[in-house]
Amino acid sequence: MTTLLIVLPLAAALVIWVLPLNDVSAGALALLAALAEVGVWIQLVARYDFGQGGLQFAQQRNWFSDQHVSYHVGVYGFSVWLIGLTVVAMAAAIAYGFWAGRDHLRAYLGLMLFLTGAVVGVFTAQDLLLFYAFFEAMMIPLYVLVGVWGGPGRMAATLKFVLFTMAGSLLMLAAIVVYGLSQNTFDIVQIGQSSSDWIFLGFVAAFAIKAPLFPLHGWLPDAYREASPEVAAILSGVVSKAAAYGFLRIAITKFPEPAQHYRAPILALAAIGLIYGSLLAFRAPDVRGVIAYSSLAQMGLITMGIFSVNDLGLDGSVLQMVNHGLISTTLFLLAGMVERRALTGELTRLGGMARGRPALAIVLLTTGVIALAVPLSSAFAGEFLILAGVFRHGWGWSVVGAVAMVLAAAYVLRLVSAILHRDVGPAVSDAALDLRPAELGVVVPLLACLLALSAWPAAITQHSFRGDHAQADVAQGFK
Amino acid sequence: MIPRPHIDWFALAPVNSLLAASALALLCSVLAPRRSRKAVTATLCALGYATAFGFAVALYVRSAHGHGVVVDAFRRDRLAELTGIIVAGSGLLATGLSYRERWREDHIGEYYALLAAAGGGMLFFVGANNLMTLFLGLEWFSICLYILCAIDRDRLSGLEAALKYLVIGGFGSAVLLFGAALVYGATGAIDFPGIAAAGHEHDALLVFGLAMIIAGLAFKASAAPFHMWTPDVYEGAPTPLTAFMAAATKTVALVVTLRLLITAFPGDAYVWTRALAVIAVCSLVIGNLAALVQKGVKRMLAYSSVSHAGFMLIAVASNSSLGARALLYYLVPYAAMSLGSFGVVAARERELGVPVTFENMAGFGWERPLLGISMWTFMLGFAGFPLTGGFVGKFYVFAAAYRHGWTWLVIVGVLATLVSLYYYLGVVRALYMRPGENLGAAVVAGGSPAREPLLHAAVGVALTVSVGSLFAVEPLITLARHAAASLPF
Repeated sequence: MTTLLIVLPLAAALVIWVLPLNDVSAGALALLAALAEVGVWIQLVARYDFGQGGLQFAQQRNWFSDQHVSYHVGVYGFSVWLIGLTVVAMAAAIAYGFWAGRDHLRAYLGLMLFLTGAVVGVFTAQDLLLFYAFFEAMMIPLYVLVGVWGGPGRMAATLKFVLFTMAGSLLMLAAIVVYGLSQNTFDIVQIGQSSSDWIFLGFVAAFAIKAPLFPLHGWLPDAYREASPEVAAILSGVVSKAAAYGFLRIAITKFPEPAQHYRAPILALAAIGLIYGSLLAFRAPDVRGVIAYSSLAQMGLITMGIFSVNDLGLDGSVLQMVNHGLISTTLFLLAGMVERRALTGELTRLGGMARGRPALAIVLLTTGVIALAVPLSSAFAGEFLILAGVFRHGWGWSVVGAVAMVLAAAYVLRLVSAILHRDVGPAVSDAALDLRPAELGVVVPLLACLLALSAWPAAITQHSFRGDHAQADVAQGFK
Repeated sequence: MIPRPHIDWFALAPVNSLLAASALALLCSVLAPRRSRKAVTATLCALGYATAFGFAVALYVRSAHGHGVVVDAFRRDRLAELTGIIVAGSGLLATGLSYRERWREDHIGEYYALLAAAGGGMLFFVGANNLMTLFLGLEWFSICLYILCAIDRDRLSGLEAALKYLVIGGFGSAVLLFGAALVYGATGAIDFPGIAAAGHEHDALLVFGLAMIIAGLAFKASAAPFHMWTPDVYEGAPTPLTAFMAAATKTVALVVTLRLLITAFPGDAYVWTRALAVIAVCSLVIGNLAALVQKGVKRMLAYSSVSHAGFMLIAVASNSSLGARALLYYLVPYAAMSLGSFGVVAARERELGVPVTFENMAGFGWERPLLGISMWTFMLGFAGFPLTGGFVGKFYVFAAAYRHGWTWLVIVGVLATLVSLYYYLGVVRALYMRPGENLGAAVVAGGSPAREPLLHAAVGVALTVSVGSLFAVEPLITLARHAAASLPF
C-alpha cells in the first residue's frame, strides 16, 4: 500500500509522458491519477491502526546488501497526515494547472505527478539513502517546473534555489555516508542514536535550507514569486514540510544529545525567522511576497514546536504542518487566481475586488481568518500548542510566538483588505469575473479540509504519535 | 629452438574476435563496392564488438579463479572480463553513434577497422600481467586512436586534435616506459607478482619508477594535472569517437591502474594511495572549475570527464576491495552516460553543422523529446542526482574513502559535486529553458533532421543502462565483487 502510494503517481507520470495524448485527455488522466492517489490515501487512513501506532504498512526489499541499504518504506501516525496533505494539495495544484492550461501540459503535469511520488517517498522512506534519494528527487521536477514555466526572473530564481538546496542536501549526503557507515546500517528504524555534532549539523543544514530557516531563506522570495502559482503553492505548502519532517524523524530522534545541545541556537534562529518573516510579510509589496514571507515565519514556528521536544510542541507542530500546508496552498492558488484577473500581484494596484465577486471574497476571507489563527480555527489550535510546548523552555520563546501571532493578524488583514476592500485598484477591471466553478472546485475542498480540522484538530493531535505521548515516542525512536 | 608456450585461446578470444573484425573490415574497405562499404565495415565492427562482448561474458562466467595465461603475460580473470564487457558494450554503442556521422567517407572502411582494433588493444591492455604487455596494449589502442582522431582530413580541428594527442600521448607513453624501466632496474622483474615479491620498501628507484608509471597511466585516464590534452582532443575528434574515448579509454586506464598498483606495488601503498588522493583532488578541482567557464558542450564534457576521473581515482586510492567495487560499479553508469551524452551532442552537431555550444543547444529538448530527456537524465546523472546509477557510484566512492579514514576526501567530493551542478544544470537550462527562436545561431541546416535510428537506439541503450544501474545495484555490485576478488587485497 505504501509502495502503491509512491508508484501510482510515478507510473501515471510516465504514461502521460510517453503516450501522445492531447492536452485535455492528458490533463484528465493526470487529475484522475491525483484523485486516485487521494483515494488510496483515504484507504490508508481507514486501515491505519492509530491505537497501536508505530510503523505500519512497512515494506522492505533489498537494494544493495553489502552496505545494508534497502528499499524500506512505511508510515507512522504523523506521516499519514503529511501524506494526506501532500496528496490533497497536489491534486488541487494539478487540477489548477490543468484548468489554467499551461504550455506543454503533458510535460508539466507529468512533472507534478513525479513530484507527488517523490514527496510521498520522503514521508515514507525508512532508509537513509532512500530518504536522500527521494529528497533529491523532489528537486528534479521542481527545478524544471520553476525554470521552464516560471515568470521573467525564473533563471536567476531557479539557480539560486538549486544551489541553496543542493548545498544543504550534499552536506546531508556526507552526513548520511558517515552516519550510516559508522553504524553499519542505513535503516532509519534500526540505526542507533548518535551524539556526533557534525553529523547532526549536516542534517540540520539540509533541512534548515529546505524549510527554510532564517538566515538560509535567500532563495525563498525569488522562487515563490517566479514559480507559477500552483508550483509556489506546492513549494511552500508541501515541499517545505519535508524539511520539518526531517527535523522530526531524523534530527531530534536520532541525535537527542546534539539536539539538546543546539536547542537554544535553533530556537533562536526559528524565533528570529518568525518575527523577521512576519515583519517582511507586513511590508511586502505584492500578494506572493506576503504569503512567501509568512511561510518563512510559519516554518520558524513549526521548527520551534519540533525542537521543544515535548508532547504539546510536537503535537502542535504536526498539526501546524498540515494547517500551514493547506493554508499556504490555498492562498497561493488564490493569489494565482487574483493575478490571472488583474495581471499583477502588486497590492497598490489591487483593491475592491469583493464588490460583485462574492465567492472570491468569501473564500479569501475565510482562508485569511484561519491563517491569522483566530480562536476556534485549526491554526489557532496548532500555534497555541506550539507556544505552550515551547513555554517549557522559557517564557521568552512564547512571548516571541505570541507577538508573531499579532503580526500575523496584521499582515493577513492587510493582504485581505488590499485585495478585497478599499477603492477599486487600477489593475482591477469590471470585466474581471468572480471565481469560476472550476476554480471553486479547486480551492473549496482545501478550505473544507481546513474547516474540518478547525472543528476537530484532535484528529491529528491525538493520532500522530503512539499512545498520544509524543515525547516518549520520540525518545524511543518511534520503535 | 624456442619452446612454444601453451596458449589459452579462449582467454584471448575477445581480443582475437576484434582483431579478426578489424582485419575483415580492412579487407572489405578495399574489396567491397564503394556503395556498400560503409554498411559492410560497420556491420563487421559491430559484429566484432558483439562477439567480444559474448566471449567476455562467457569468460567471466568461467573464470571464477583468475590465473595467468601465455606464460603469465596475460591474466584471465573476472576483473579483465568485466572491464571487457564494459569496453565491448561501449564499442558497440560507439559504432551505432558513428554510422550516420557526416564526414568525408573515402576512408570509412579504415575507420571501422581501427575502431575494432582499438577495442582489441583495450581488451589486451586490461589483461596485462607484466609491464611489457601493459606497454604493448597501451600503444596498440593509443595508435589506433591517434589515427582515428585524424581520419576526417577535411576537419582542421580533427587534425589538430590528433597531433596534440599524438605528441602528448607519446610523451605519456614515454614516461610510462621510462618508469617501467626503472622499476625493472630496481626489482629485476617485469611481471606484476614478481615486482611485488622483489620490491623493497623505501627503494628510491622503485618509488621513482612507480611515480612515472602512475603519471603515464594518469595521462590516459585524463586525470589532472595530466589532462591538458583532454579538452582539445575531445573537442576536435569526431564526436562518436570522443564518446568512445571518454567511455572506454578511461575505463581501461583506471582498471589497469587499479590492477597494477594492487598487484605489483602493495608494499608501496603508503606512497601511491596518497599520490592518487592528491591527483584525485587535483582532478576534482581543476576539472570542475574549468568546466564552469566552457562555452562548448564537448569541452565542458571533457572537463567533466576529468572530474569523474578524480572521483574514480578516490576509489582506487582507498586501496580496498570496497574501493575496487566502487570503481567497477561507477564505470558502468559513467560509461553509459558518457556515450549517451556525446551521442546527443553528435545528433545536434549533425543538425546544425557547427560545433555544439550551450547557446545553440537552446530549445533542443522541446524539438527532439527523446534525445532531450536522455541528455537531461545524463546531466543529472553526472551530477549525482538519484535518477541514475551515478548517484550510487558516488555513494560507493564516498563510502570507500570514509572506510579508508579519509573523511576529508568525502567533503572534497561533495563540494566538487556542488560546483558541478552549475554546469550540468546549465545544459538542462539550455535544453529546455531558453526558447530557441530567440537565438539566431541555432538555425537548423534545413528540412527535418535526418532519421538516425542507430543513434537513437544507442542513446536509448545508454539511457536504459544508466537508469537501470540505479535499480540493479545488487547484481552489478555482485559482479564487481567477484571481479575485485581477483585482486590480492
